[in-house]
Amino acid sequence: MSDTTAVVEHGAHHTSTGLDNRKLAMWGFLGSECLLFGALISSYLLYRTRGEGVKPVDVYDIPYTSVSSFVLLMSSLTMVLALSALQRDDERQSRVWLTATALLGMTFVGGQVYEFTTFVMHDGISLTANPASSAFFLLTGFHGTHVTLGIIMLLSLVGMSLAGKVGKQNSLYVELVGLYWHFVDIVWVVIFTVVYLMPTPN
Amino acid sequence: MATVTEAIESSPYDGPFRRPKSTSGLVGWLTTVDHKKIGILYGATALLFFIAGGVEALLLRIQLARPENDFLTADVYNRMFTMHGITMIFLVVMPLGAAFFNYLIPLMIGARDVAFPRLNAFSYWVFLGGGIFIYSSFFLGGAPNAGWFSYANLSTQGLPDQVGVNFFAIGLQITGIASLVASVNFVTTIINLRAPGMSFFKMPMFVWMSLVTNFLLMFAMPVIAVALFQLLFDSMFGTNFFNPAAGGDPLLWQHMFWLFGHPEVYILILPAMGIVSEVLPTFSRKPLFGYQIVAYSGIAIGLMGWGVWAHHMFAVGLGPVANSAFALSTMFIAVPTGVKIFNWMGTMWGGKIRFTTPMLMSIGFVTMFIIGGLSGVTHSIVPADYQQTDTYYVVAHFHYVLFGGAIFGLFSGIYYWWPKLSGKLLSERLGKTQFVLMFIGFNLTFGPMHILGLQGMQRRYYRYQVGEGFDFWNMVETVGAFIIALSVLVFIINVIVTRRRGKPSGDDPWDARTIEWSIPSPTPHYNFLEIPVVKERDDFWHKKYSEDESGKAVPVVAGGQDVEEKPEEGEVAEEHAEPHMPKPSYWPLVAAAGIPLIGYGLMFQWVLAGIGAAVLFVGIYGWAMEPVE
Repeated sequence: MSDTTAVVEHGAHHTSTGLDNRKLAMWGFLGSECLLFGALISSYLLYRTRGEGVKPVDVYDIPYTSVSSFVLLMSSLTMVLALSALQRDDERQSRVWLTATALLGMTFVGGQVYEFTTFVMHDGISLTANPASSAFFLLTGFHGTHVTLGIIMLLSLVGMSLAGKVGKQNSLYVELVGLYWHFVDIVWVVIFTVVYLMPTPN
Repeated sequence: MATVTEAIESSPYDGPFRRPKSTSGLVGWLTTVDHKKIGILYGATALLFFIAGGVEALLLRIQLARPENDFLTADVYNRMFTMHGITMIFLVVMPLGAAFFNYLIPLMIGARDVAFPRLNAFSYWVFLGGGIFIYSSFFLGGAPNAGWFSYANLSTQGLPDQVGVNFFAIGLQITGIASLVASVNFVTTIINLRAPGMSFFKMPMFVWMSLVTNFLLMFAMPVIAVALFQLLFDSMFGTNFFNPAAGGDPLLWQHMFWLFGHPEVYILILPAMGIVSEVLPTFSRKPLFGYQIVAYSGIAIGLMGWGVWAHHMFAVGLGPVANSAFALSTMFIAVPTGVKIFNWMGTMWGGKIRFTTPMLMSIGFVTMFIIGGLSGVTHSIVPADYQQTDTYYVVAHFHYVLFGGAIFGLFSGIYYWWPKLSGKLLSERLGKTQFVLMFIGFNLTFGPMHILGLQGMQRRYYRYQVGEGFDFWNMVETVGAFIIALSVLVFIINVIVTRRRGKPSGDDPWDARTIEWSIPSPTPHYNFLEIPVVKERDDFWHKKYSEDESGKAVPVVAGGQDVEEKPEEGEVAEEHAEPHMPKPSYWPLVAAAGIPLIGYGLMFQWVLAGIGAAVLFVGIYGWAMEPVE
């Protein structure tokens, strides 16, 4: 039996780089995501002034979006605190921070829903209004979907933690979700800068 | 990290998420997470699609055999050439590559499985679902009919209905998910699961080329995903991404498609290059000439492949600066490819060559790929390309690289590693017959396309007129196409005959070099009883042979105990402790089944999409909840 365990440990859990497989795969996946958002942002930059009628760029509410961007950035801080609490073996506090991260994320997504609604109801910028609006909704919609998936993962972590399946020994779970969450935040920093703040040539 | 105690605690688990026990029969195949079985599934599926794509090609060739032929209508012809392209690229060559990645990468790097076995099964089932989804279009309103690159805004505005384009966009999105997931898995596997001692520059060249290919997949798939979403939004929700009248830009589709499409070309050819780099050294009894150069040139191709896409678009009018820049980059990318060709020739030079079927197929690859590569360089000259664009010259070029290159290379791999997966040698006589037929048929089919293209015969036209001077070569091509079909038939017969009464191959029939041949053939389900320790490049060869003073290879006598000892040790160990392998699982199949349902739902009935999403959710939930061991 002792033979088997040696083989198991040797074969299944020792990696060439010393980095956990799941972590390496997450980095690879995030690299792939860079190209996804790269393509979406490029499309938006190409189209931001195209087509007839009011375009998103004409009606951006920069102060409003700045606040929601700040909320999302702060969620990265709470995410870090969640991981560090778990690594200190304080699972209770880790759950609090995970929940806070999810709530901040929800605030951001809620803000986006409000922004979209204002665009459509008040400014008449629907998905099909012009290529500029289509590209805008596709880009920010994809980002919002990513945040939403992140929230689901965070809440699943809280649930698993309550069921006693996380703990210090599995802090990697929190780290993986954290990697994803920080990535989505960083992408928003780029989107906010390039899409909202950068002046449009006329 | 599942520790041993956890495994013991959870093993008597018998709840609703218990893992299936059977590894044989139909359930065994449906729930398998074994990389070898998944590789075989990929290969078998790809060969079925190969037959479908081949039949489509034959129908095209029958239509074009005579001028003003009425065999196919224009509409059916459009659907056939579109499906032929989609099938051969996304459902044949890519999954055949995946079949080799699956079967060989763990064996070649000395691992028991890939990094994520269940995710690997998921990739296969998603790919199969995508293939079935695309082919179901024949029965559900019409197959895609706007060409494999489905140029907008022809595809979004120029067709009587959008059914085919929607099948194209959603179907490729599904197979794209499969490719992306698989690429993350393989990159992790290669970087992280190498046996002790196997540094990057001791990896077999096939593993190197696989690594580059999977990095390309990882970064190319999201680009086409975005483009396909935009296409789908245009055709389904009425956005105007590609409608110039509303301010959209059809060129965006072309840029995004080819930004994916050119790396895709290397995704198709690099696995075959890897196979050839294994086969040539074995049958020349020499190490691969300039190993590091071959690896570096593969990396160079992978990087430069991102900077040449606009050579597919010279004729759309990007302007002289862009055209010149892409002309130069296209000429440059021929350099690392040329380097590889010289390395392969250097490998054969002065070697003791054995002309087995895999070797013949590999030599076929090198020679045909040179022709295809050279005609590719002629495309890089913009004024010449203006003449060649959309003619049969282009068709000739890419068939020389994708059939003469990829398919010859992949068949070489099939013949070479067949004993590894079945323990039997494919018949050499039938194999050589297949090679000769395929070689002649291939050149008869695609060689004359160079001539027809330069004479001005257009691609994608379903008929040509009497008196245009295209009659003779078209008839020759059709005859050639049927000879290719015959060669594939010979291959199928070979497989059947070998299964019935093939000779046992022994563990190492080719006197090969890499460590996958150091274990029994067919491969035991745990691959390596003990994870090997690698000391050299071509490690297995160095265990078998050393060099005398004149540099000749001589069988190891004294050190032979190293080789001899292992099986004995193995037998003893086998009785006591068979390596602990990942258990089968239902959930990858369940999760994957939800995805095409979502696709059908988007097209026909939103309720189906809801059901699909629910199935996917159940699959993921079960996946997360089932015990790890």
